[in-house]
Amino acid sequence: MTKQMFRSFASALALGVSVFATQALAKSDITIAMQLEPPHLDPTSAAAQAIDSVVYTNIFEGLTRFMGDGSVVPGLAESWEISEDGTVYTFKLRDGVTFHDGTPMDAEDVKFSLDRAMAPDSANAQKALFAGIASVEVVDPLTVKVTLSEPNGNFLFNMAWGDAVIVAPESIENIKTNPVGTGAFTFGEWVQGDSITLNRNPDYWGDQPALETATFKFISDPTAAFAAMMAEDVDVFDNFPAPENLPQFEADPRFQVLVGTTEGETILSTNNKKPPFDDIQVREAMAHAIDRQAIIDGAMFGYGTPIGTHFAPHNPAYVDLTGNSAYDPKKAAKLLADAGYEEGFETTLHLPPPSYARRGGEIVAAQLAEVGIKAEIINVEWAQWLESVFKGKDYGLTIVSHTEPMDIGIYARPDYYFQYDSLDAQTLMDTLNATTDPEERTKLLGEMQRLIATDFVNGYLFQLAKLGVAKAGVQGLWENAPTAAIDLTQINWSE
Amino acid sequence: MSRNLILGAVLSSLVLLAALISFVWTPYDYAALNIPDKLQSPNTQHWFGTDHFGRDMFSMIMVGARTSIAVALVAVGIGMALGVPLGLTAAARKGSWLDEVIMRGNDLVFAFPSLVIAILITAVFGAGAINAIIAIGIFNIPVFARITRGAALSLWEREFILAARVSGKGAARISAEHILPNVANLLIVQGTIQFSLGILAEAGLSYVGLGAQPPTPSWGRMLADAQTMVSFAPHLALIPGLAIIVTVLGLNLLGDGLRDWLDPRIRVARA
Repeated sequence: MTKQMFRSFASALALGVSVFATQALAKSDITIAMQLEPPHLDPTSAAAQAIDSVVYTNIFEGLTRFMGDGSVVPGLAESWEISEDGTVYTFKLRDGVTFHDGTPMDAEDVKFSLDRAMAPDSANAQKALFAGIASVEVVDPLTVKVTLSEPNGNFLFNMAWGDAVIVAPESIENIKTNPVGTGAFTFGEWVQGDSITLNRNPDYWGDQPALETATFKFISDPTAAFAAMMAEDVDVFDNFPAPENLPQFEADPRFQVLVGTTEGETILSTNNKKPPFDDIQVREAMAHAIDRQAIIDGAMFGYGTPIGTHFAPHNPAYVDLTGNSAYDPKKAAKLLADAGYEEGFETTLHLPPPSYARRGGEIVAAQLAEVGIKAEIINVEWAQWLESVFKGKDYGLTIVSHTEPMDIGIYARPDYYFQYDSLDAQTLMDTLNATTDPEERTKLLGEMQRLIATDFVNGYLFQLAKLGVAKAGVQGLWENAPTAAIDLTQINWSE
Repeated sequence: MSRNLILGAVLSSLVLLAALISFVWTPYDYAALNIPDKLQSPNTQHWFGTDHFGRDMFSMIMVGARTSIAVALVAVGIGMALGVPLGLTAAARKGSWLDEVIMRGNDLVFAFPSLVIAILITAVFGAGAINAIIAIGIFNIPVFARITRGAALSLWEREFILAARVSGKGAARISAEHILPNVANLLIVQGTIQFSLGILAEAGLSYVGLGAQPPTPSWGRMLADAQTMVSFAPHLALIPGLAIIVTVLGLNLLGDGLRDWLDPRIRVARA
């Protein structure tokens, strides 16, 4: 036994981790590549998915949390009681939880976090999650009472989001550069433009993770991603940007490919207030002009599931409505003619950088051209897209993947960037939010899916697949992405 | 005629011919997607194979030649139309403040890395063929201004210019009637070289996504699209790459050959 081996064996014993001697050899560090670098590290004040990928459950934890299969389990709240009328949630917090700076996590922190997120001046990207909260009361240091203005069947689900994690007032000031949470990993170092390192938190309240350190490396270019993976510079690529390269990884025994689902509904977003898209016949015509399978095969090399509405197919409440907008260019041309556009019309198609958008956009433009709709392709960077499309609403069509889980509620927001203003959708969403009975909820969700599909609000293309690539020995990776997260606590090396 | 000239002329006219024919005929519709037929290697149906959308590469290369030539031609046109008069003026007013302003302005444009500024221009005014043309064109101005001024300066010392002056012709008229025809050979040669550089610049700009926008095919973007697929479909990168090489090589050989053929004295004068 070499000294090195002896040391790791001894340290493993010292940590009280029950391991077999052979496993003491296993690597305890990992390098995980992702395409986008987070703008900062505060999940409670930005929509950027890259933030959650790094910090969710690793650094920050919420009252509840998502597991890899999408289920919601207790997080910092050990248990909870729900009042008869469904409006009062009494959370019992775990005892002995401390933040990375040593201060204890208690009911005051929970109240602080929720109050901060729902405050009128809050920068939280998902304020709707907290909208139904009437008040947060500290009962005792380990008990919090949250009163809702009306029952919300989604409340525990909402509290699992990365935007609802528990933060401390002591460390909130520097959260963006030095995040202090309660998770199994502490923030180590951020080399801007290159990587972020996290270290194991020895004082973690739960089971100690197998990894000692984890490095998140940012590689945006698909070609560089392929090269880095092939050269084994990185151990895992969270969501590999070039689906065309996956067969090569599959054929290589050094690697494993994990194809799973994401919450990303990839849609041809349509500016519903901008003529001629305010005419439902035009939107219906576009829906029939699009051949989803061709887009999935051409842009994603076959990875992805066709969708007919804004809902994830792996969700039990999903209704398959693809038939409602089946590929039928003849019908599309007729509908266009009925709407008064025999000659078609011209519009713009803004495409953000990911290949699903750039490649998908070229295919969509060609398919629309078949029925006479001339969509001028405008390639934009994300910053430009957020500015002119998402905020400015200055666009005709765009392609984007909506990766937030259960985000059908955006169709009840008339000021959302695709500007769908339907009283039916808004009432339906209100009813849904006030319903706790699971069966009733499934029924209402189905109605909502049908409503937006038959209103042809957007062109529904496909559910984005999660394409993970990893070295063969890495275990415990999430195959699916119920939320943006790279859960380090479950990852280990088999050796 | 030298071998260079003939080879250059053949290669260049091959590309030009492909571009011209593409206006009336291509084997397939260059924009027609045919996903089930994607990524075919060169074969009898698709001579250059098909790309990741199943488009016919041969048709795309033909139409891409059109894009490249159009961008480079107009860019060289801009450079000549503005650069030559500037050069003639500077030479006619040698040593004056006007000469200084023109030539230092040229130095300024010259000093910037051209592709970086081209990227800046297209980033500010939006990507597209028109902006690419303007960006490349601007950098052709000082090239033509310098070469015109240099050649014109030595001409101004010659007796026939003196004779024209004595006969009462103004500087502008002398420049147009006597200087310009005598620098034309030089300009044609330089134009050919600049043309090949323009094609390279267009390919570079569209490679980074700032040239002609899809669905208009462009060699640079074909290369960029091929990047992640080189390992299993090398023809996607090889074919547009070869197209660029053939064109640039052809134009450079043509330029060299023309220089020798049109005016052998230039070599003597330079040496």
